Amino acid sequence: MERRGEVSRERLLEFFRDMLLIRRFEEKVEERFRAGELPGFLHVALGQEATAVGVCQALEDGDVIASTHRAHGHALANGTPPNEVMAELYGKVEGCSHGYGGSMHLYDVERGLLGANAVIGGGLPAIVGAALAFQMRREPHVALAFFGDGATNIGTFHESLNLAQLWRVPAVFVCENNRWAESTPAVQHMPIEDLSQRAVAWGMTSLSGDGQDVEEVHGLSLEALEHARSGRGPVFLLFETCRFSGHYVGDPQVYRDKDEPRALRDTRDPLDRARERLELSDEEFDEHDREVIEIVEASVEFAKNGTDPAPEDALKNVYADG
Amino acid sequence: MAELSYREAVRDALSRAMREDDRVFVMGEDIAEMGGSMGVTQGMLAEFGPERVRNTPIAEMAIVGTGIGAAMQGMRPVVEVMYEDFLTLAMEQIVNQAAKHRYMSGGQLTVPLTLRTQGGAGWSPGAQHAQQVEAWFVHVPGLKVVFASTPTDVRGLLWSAIYDDNPVVFFEHRTLYGIKEDVPDELEPIPIGRARVHRRGEDVTVVATGRLVHEALTAAEQAEQEGVSVEVVDPRTLQPLDEEAIVDSVKKTNRCVVAHEAVTRMGFGAEVAALVQHQAFDWLDAPIERVGSKFAPLPFAPIMEEWVVPHADDVLAAIRRTVQRDGN
Repeated sequence: MERRGEVSRERLLEFFRDMLLIRRFEEKVEERFRAGELPGFLHVALGQEATAVGVCQALEDGDVIASTHRAHGHALANGTPPNEVMAELYGKVEGCSHGYGGSMHLYDVERGLLGANAVIGGGLPAIVGAALAFQMRREPHVALAFFGDGATNIGTFHESLNLAQLWRVPAVFVCENNRWAESTPAVQHMPIEDLSQRAVAWGMTSLSGDGQDVEEVHGLSLEALEHARSGRGPVFLLFETCRFSGHYVGDPQVYRDKDEPRALRDTRDPLDRARERLELSDEEFDEHDREVIEIVEASVEFAKNGTDPAPEDALKNVYADG
Repeated sequence: MAELSYREAVRDALSRAMREDDRVFVMGEDIAEMGGSMGVTQGMLAEFGPERVRNTPIAEMAIVGTGIGAAMQGMRPVVEVMYEDFLTLAMEQIVNQAAKHRYMSGGQLTVPLTLRTQGGAGWSPGAQHAQQVEAWFVHVPGLKVVFASTPTDVRGLLWSAIYDDNPVVFFEHRTLYGIKEDVPDELEPIPIGRARVHRRGEDVTVVATGRLVHEALTAAEQAEQEGVSVEVVDPRTLQPLDEEAIVDSVKKTNRCVVAHEAVTRMGFGAEVAALVQHQAFDWLDAPIERVGSKFAPLPFAPIMEEWVVPHADDVLAAIRRTVQRDGN
């Protein structure tokens, strides 16, 4: 039987490597945070690697994306080098936001990352605007926003999707439904089970799939991007995914069953799925893993050896002409 | 030279920019067929078409945020927020997004967005259609704030706002839309950050914004008859602020009144007073006087509204207090 979105083994291996990189990167972030090396407020995307990679691998040059507070995976999947992401987490000049942003505000404009946003739903209207610019200039690009199920309750989500559909702008709205809004379960924050019903309200095309299956994510993303790119209007793209970790690094997760993360790891790990399809032997897996871990370790070294901004650099970049 | 109203001057700046530059477009509620609630964009739909004169749903977060995204992608959108009271609906987008994208990205992004809005009392709309909130935005690093008081200024400043690489919150005053003056045929951009001295004087400096510029000029004429020479300075842009123009004027007159229609408490005048006392302390002969609305929401009944907001008489009274102080 043909699987949804099936790709060549070579491509799938590429996806697998990208997901593994995010996994090891996020684990390293947790470790370095606990060691007291990382300032600020960190949110890792363990378990959500397939949505980041599947979507970003479907993007084309010139497309732009907006991310969320849980942004490391999106930035890495979109091509920002691990060194630059890690350096940002350490607050260094070499970071992708030059130390001005941090974990929740990763930017890489050259590669199309218009910013990770620490306000739930905060980045959605700008994605409509970016898509409008593409539409007005007749450029064949798509603007895409990542957000979680929690964001589908906020005003910017409703206003943005309404306007996007009204003006038929080339935008894709990717909902990573991990069924948690911080510590609040879906049952306490959504009156409906199937979030794709929200798209119905605007007459927007909606596609749904398994967010733990990177090939399926990729296939649906290609379909959504093609729909938007060809002028047929925006798409609501819904993926069921899961969060292995807490809301933030250090979250004691008093709000959920202690066994749940373990059970999710055992049954819904996107890396296991891809590994199975690739039929990787333990030796092959270990080799990829070693290479990825080396990249991550190198990123920590790069970040630690990075340049601290001067305190007074805080007054730069407030204005474009200042 | 042609005589233009303040309203026509705004339209003239928008239309000229749109004729010259495909990146410029306008969007907002009721701005297309209806020409905007204040008639500012009347006729623009016919000239520029619906793609560049865009009616929007009543959804301020999306309107402003869409402007932000288009600006980040290199357009120069001019978003109209129908009443400045409604800026509150888009506060998150203005304060957390527009103002900070450049900063949070470490200088990678620019947001050349112009956010036009209007307000002002004097027509009894009640508490949600006429307040003056410009000071709120001066408090936000990353935003520029403009408040023009004449047709010439509003035209030249709007042009500069459109071509500024930063988000600019551009305040117009409802009761000024009808005032007229001769303006040059050529549009001369007015740099953001430069005050205008409307009237030279020797005894008191009145720093006034928006409608109060005109009230201050009226008060200055009355003061003149009482033998008091008043200088009226309109900062025109509240952020950045032409501190030098204000301080230089006060060093000459030794007295200062600050006047705006917004409530006095925590108003723009407080910042001017702080600036003046710090930079011209030794020159001051009297406490700095502040003129603004009394600390209440705008009431509906005309008799109450009239009493709450400041007028020329209030400015004149403040001028008198400063000169009476040292026995003049």
